Order: sequence, then C-alpha cells, then structure tokens
Amino acid sequence: MKFLEHKAKEVFARYGIPVPRGVVVSSPEDIVDPPLPCMVKAQVLTGGRGKAGGIRPASTFEDARNATAEILGMEIRGHRVREVLLAERIDIEKELYLSLTIDRSAREPLIIASALGGVDIEAVPRDRIFMEHVPTNLGLQPYVLRGLRAKLGLSSEIGDQVVDVARKAYDLFRKEDAELVEINPLAVTPEGRVVAGDAKLVVDDNAEYRHPEYAAMDQDRTPLEEEAHDKGITFIQLDGDVGVIANGAGLTMATLDILNLKGGRGGAFLDLGGTDDPKKVQDAFEILIKARPSVILLNIFGGITKADTVAQGVKESLDTLGARMPVVARIKGVNEDRAKDILREIGMHSAETIEEAAELAVKVRAEGA
Amino acid sequence: MAVLLTKKTRLLVQGITGHQGTFHTRAMLDFGTKVVGGVTPGKGGTKVEGVPVYDSVRDAIARKRANASIVFVPAPFAKDAAIEAIQAGVKLLVIITERIPFHDALDIMPYARSKGCAVIGPNCPGIVTPGEAKAGIMPNHIFRPGDIGVISRSGTLTYEIVNEITKAGMGESTCVGIGGDPVNGTDMVEALTLFQKDRATKRIVLVGEIGGTAEEEAAAFIERRVTKPVVAYVAGRTAPPGKRMGHAGAIIQEGRGTAESKLKAFEAAGVPVADYPADVAKLLAST
Repeated sequence: MKFLEHKAKEVFARYGIPVPRGVVVSSPEDIVDPPLPCMVKAQVLTGGRGKAGGIRPASTFEDARNATAEILGMEIRGHRVREVLLAERIDIEKELYLSLTIDRSAREPLIIASALGGVDIEAVPRDRIFMEHVPTNLGLQPYVLRGLRAKLGLSSEIGDQVVDVARKAYDLFRKEDAELVEINPLAVTPEGRVVAGDAKLVVDDNAEYRHPEYAAMDQDRTPLEEEAHDKGITFIQLDGDVGVIANGAGLTMATLDILNLKGGRGGAFLDLGGTDDPKKVQDAFEILIKARPSVILLNIFGGITKADTVAQGVKESLDTLGARMPVVARIKGVNEDRAKDILREIGMHSAETIEEAAELAVKVRAEGA
Repeated sequence: MAVLLTKKTRLLVQGITGHQGTFHTRAMLDFGTKVVGGVTPGKGGTKVEGVPVYDSVRDAIARKRANASIVFVPAPFAKDAAIEAIQAGVKLLVIITERIPFHDALDIMPYARSKGCAVIGPNCPGIVTPGEAKAGIMPNHIFRPGDIGVISRSGTLTYEIVNEITKAGMGESTCVGIGGDPVNGTDMVEALTLFQKDRATKRIVLVGEIGGTAEEEAAAFIERRVTKPVVAYVAGRTAPPGKRMGHAGAIIQEGRGTAESKLKAFEAAGVPVADYPADVAKLLAST
C-alpha cells in the first residue's frame, strides 16, 4: 500500500515525527484558512511532482486558490491530481535524507541517511551516504545512531533531533509493517528545528489485515486491477492484446515471455495462483474477459490445481458473460483429459507445449484481425 | 546423499487438520516421506491420514523425535508456528504459507539462524529428494532420482522444468523451492553451497525471476566457488518495468534486479541461460 504524502504525514505525526502544518483540499472552494505562506502540493502516488509543475509556492489566500485550481486535474506521469496539500512553508537552511527499508539479501532492515538531502539519493556520492543494517529483533542500537550523527556531521542540537526522528521512524517502520519510510528532505530550519519536508510511506500488502484502516486508500491501480485486488487475484494490465492467464507468478511470467518471444504481445497478466476453487477461477476469468483481449492464452501446470476445475471455470465465465473470444489452452495435470473435453465444447484451441500454445495464439490473433 | 532432506528425516506437519495440510500429508506419505506427526493446537489426540496429531510442536517432538517441520497454517498465525518449531529444536523448517507479512519473516529468519535451523520459504513449493522424501506441495509424479540439483524461486514453473528434465531421461538429486518472497530463508547462494558439496549432485539448475538481486549474487558465487556445471532460466524477461521501492530500494540494488542484469551476470559467470523453460533440459543434456 502506497501512501499519498498527506496520508504518510498523518502517520508520521502519530509517531511524533515533526511535520509542517497543512490542509488537504479537493477543490479551491474548500480552502478556508490555509497556513500562509504555503506550498501547494499535488497529491499523487508518483515522484517527479516538482518538475511537472505540481508543487507551487503561495503567499496569499488568492495565490493559494489559484495554484490549487491549476494543479487540481493535472496529469502527472499518468496520475490525475484529485487532491492538493497546502503545507506551511518552512524556511530551509539544510536538507538531509533519512530512510528505512528492507534489504532482502541481508534479510534485515536498512537505515540510510545523508547530509545531502533534497535530491535523488541515487545521485548522492556513495561516500556521503550513511548505511547500516539493523538487527530486526534487537532494534536500532545507540551505536548506529552515533554513527549516523558522525557521518552527517551534525551539531549536537540538530543531531539530537535527527536521532529522535530516526528512532520514531524505526518504530513506525516496524509497527506499521512498512516496506519503506523515506523522508526527503528532512529539513533543518534557520531556527534549528528539524521537520519532515516530504513523506514517503509504503506498507506491506501482506500485512493489510493488521491495518484495516489503510485498506480503503486509493492505490495506483486501474479499476479492473482494483476489482482483482479485492478478490485476491493478481492481475496487471499491459499494452498488448493477448490475455495471458496461468497459475503461479513464475509460470505466468514465463508464459508472457514465451508469447512475446513468439511475436505476440501480452495485454493482461493474470496469475491464478494455486487455487482449485471454481469460484475463484471464474472470478479470474471474468476479470480477464472484461479486459477485452482479442485472444486468451491459458497455461496451466496443475500440481494441486485440478485442470478440469479450471476448464469448467473458463466455460462458465464465457457463458455468463456471453463472450466469444478465442481461447488457446495448454493444460497439464490432474484430470487433463476431462479439461480438454470441456474446452473442446466451447471451441477452444489446444496445444501440448507452451511454445505451441503461444504460436497458436499469435496465429489465431492474426486470423481474427 | 542429498541436501537438507533424506529418507531419515522425521517430519511434522503444522496445520495438518486444514484442507491443504491434510491433502499434502497424504501426498507426502505416498511419496515415502516419514511424516511422524501433525500439530494443530486444540486437536491433539486425533489422527489425520493415520498420522497422530499433537497440540504443540514440543509434544510432537517428545513423542516422535521429529527433526523437521512443514508449515501450512494461515499467514496471520505462521510466525507463531515457525517460532514454536524453531524453539522446539527442528533443524529444517519448510514454510509453504503465502502472503506472510515481511516483518514477520524478518523476525523468523535471524531466530532460525541463531538456532541452527534451515528455513525453506515462505511462499514456496517446498523441497523434494526423489526416491527418499518430500516436504512440500510439488506433484509427486514429475520427479525421478538423478544427479541434477534444482534451485528455484518459483512453484509451477519449477514443475514445468523438472517435468521436462525427467521426460528427457534425466533425474534430480534434490529440488529446493526457495520461495518468491523478498525475505526468505535459505537463499540461492546457500543452496548452491549445499549442492556443490553434495556428492550425489553433478549438475545444477537455477530458476530465477526478475526483482531482487539473488541471481546476481548467485552468479558471482558460481564464478568463484562452484565447479559443477550450472544452467539457468530467468522468468520475466519481457515483463514491463515493475514498481520499484522508491529511491531507497533502487540504491540497495544499485541498478541490479532487472532481467538484463541477471542475464549479464550469468553470462559473465559462464552459466548458459535457457530462452524457453523446455530448453533447460536440452542445455543440461549437453553439459
């Protein structure tokens, strides 16, 4: 789950991380008492807002309304702006960087900090970046924070505040099941206050059940992807027009690869997972059919999944939705003969190997076009 | 010989009374696995497929001298089940459960390591030593004893590749499905280390996927330490660029993680990479 800046800042504030005052509006008329002077910031789940003109300063009420009117409705990297944050403008003397993430290779949290904040951290020279693994079960030990303070060359007053933010950010990272907590810039004001100028937060989807309060947040998904997500199905819309459906993430990706290598173009990617629940198979197919592929390429290697259950789900969804798009199927596994019979009834094309199935899908598509 | 799992392994099934647990207990018994007990809190004293069920892992170990466990319990309870088994002293823990929160996996892995317990998974198809035992959910019929060690991040794609290997007249020493989650137990390098040492393994297959840097690390390790021939396949070569984890994620990877970088790493290590899953068996035949 990705958080919009203002949502992330709400969570930050709950953990005691200082954030600028702000109000969120979805129309210029909603602006009543903005914290002037302020920054008017587009709330979208993508980076590059500043370069796209999605962040503007405003000194007066009139400025704030005009900037809001201009930014609302903008499209930034394919994301429509529906809300803006009017955040108290803070004078910045120095910009720092702080983040917490999971290092998969080390299987441990990683804390990253730099005195050169405000820019992409990739652009910062490696020797100016502080990086340390945190033993998960032991937490952020004082030596890590001493190291951070020394590497960033912070005065004792600023250092105390930054260390306090780091502690709170780690607490948040663990308790909220975060994959990423990023503060860039972590601003230092001329008066010597440390404030989170921006806020990035990504919470692990697997932990959604522990954080039901986040489930309703808008995510970076198309309406069909949203429907699939709600039904617990992995579905990704792509640019091509062949609908690829398989069981298991690796096999689905491999099927898409083979289709592309054979000259086809995947239009949707749907991973059925290890299910043999006919209802779920039907749900999955209905979503795929709604994506209107010109051909469906089905590849099932049934270990646990029963091939005939999948075939029955395909038949029922095509019947229910009255859809008549060609299906090319390659089904291996338990009850595969019965599966082939069912699919033959609906005029499906059958293949023995994935390569053959992919070639057939490309051919059927060409004939239909 | 084989790696991690043999016919001597005495296996427990945690979550044996659930649909998946029961179904796969039957399949594992059919494969020849010594499934010595099951664990479901509150169901102690019952039997599933002739296997006695206990209330706790400690009970089961006391009665049945189990030394390994496979976890089928649902994600919200999987961390509890895993820690219980590690604390009770199992040396091999296979976690089949998918969608376990990453922070739970972060808690489990260092604890397992500190207790000398090898974890396979989570979100994995398990481990199979053909002719000896299976602690997993892979279909029984696709395997045949042989000299090829298989390491995979994928489930069904592994079945596909193993099936081709077996059909081509070859066989497997052990097949380890290490799982597709970002935070997992035994990784590719550790599995490679085991297969390099194992006398029954003459050749190794690596099945990777885009994302993460496991394949790049494996390639670097192969170049330095692995003398046995290795063949690889990488899924997701034509997938559109995935979501990346902000800048912090990108900096850990240092530009690695893409299919291109994995293929390049394998090429540099002299590891042939199959274009199609079925080609893995063909490449093996020529090693």
